[in-house]
Amino acid sequence: MKARVHVMLKNGVLDPQGEAVKHALGTLGFDGVEGVRQGKVIELDLADGTSEATVTEMCEKLLANTVIESYSVELS
Amino acid sequence: MRAAVLVFPGSNCDRDMAVALKAAGADVEMVWHKDADLPADVDVVAVPGGFSFGDYLRCGAIAAQSPICKALVAHVERGGYALGVCNGFQVLTETGLLPGALMRNAGLKFVCKSIGLQVVTSGSAFTEGYNAGDVLSIPVAHHDGNYVADAETLAQLRDQDRVAFSYTDNPNGSTADIAGILSENRRVLGMMPHPERAVDLAHGGTDGQALFRTLVGQLENV
Repeated sequence: MKARVHVMLKNGVLDPQGEAVKHALGTLGFDGVEGVRQGKVIELDLADGTSEATVTEMCEKLLANTVIESYSVELS
Repeated sequence: MRAAVLVFPGSNCDRDMAVALKAAGADVEMVWHKDADLPADVDVVAVPGGFSFGDYLRCGAIAAQSPICKALVAHVERGGYALGVCNGFQVLTETGLLPGALMRNAGLKFVCKSIGLQVVTSGSAFTEGYNAGDVLSIPVAHHDGNYVADAETLAQLRDQDRVAFSYTDNPNGSTADIAGILSENRRVLGMMPHPERAVDLAHGGTDGQALFRTLVGQLENV
């Protein structure tokens, strides 16, 4: 089984990289980009039967820094 | 006074840290990240600057999970002293020994220069050799030094006089110009600037010397 973890900066935390990407899109002539937030996607290959709770624990302990980041887990 | 300097793959200020501590009179032992134990009777653990584990995932995140960091947490929980500089500060926040987090510099650039560093409190074994309000010249060299914490944490840091150092001219977007903070028991200091790079005239300045001398001197007398 696979899990896909999305890690994003929390709302309200300034994302300097997202701001730079937004600026670059404007320079390329893409009008109307009102905001860019940049995050990470982490794909995990897991032994069958691994619970969502275990993946959540992985997020809490390592994959995300919950001081500044939020995360969501997709199992497939 | 016994000091341990932790060494991770990618640490690059470990030897400078050892030199600064030795020059101040400490017995220094280097400790590899895979070791599960600190040397016996160690008084202070220094977490040096560098790029531990290539800054993979987040700066300091992998190092914070290493065996030696479990020993570091136990050392601090026993009331031991710890000093984290630059990547060491990032490691201390990732272990949860200090609150908040260090994000990418607001200007997105790696900043490498000497900066004005204001001493905010002299109330710690690290900063007692300075007066509050002193402005030191200390080098910074980092890409992720933008300190972030929630409003409650910031209020706590302020109310408990736990901001040790602030920038006179903020180089990285750090909240409230914060450059270094203390733990609640004031025995753990994390800071982005490099005091170990300002302890010898050949460094171009010696403003960092008092930090090491005061720390070593205080712990000699315990």
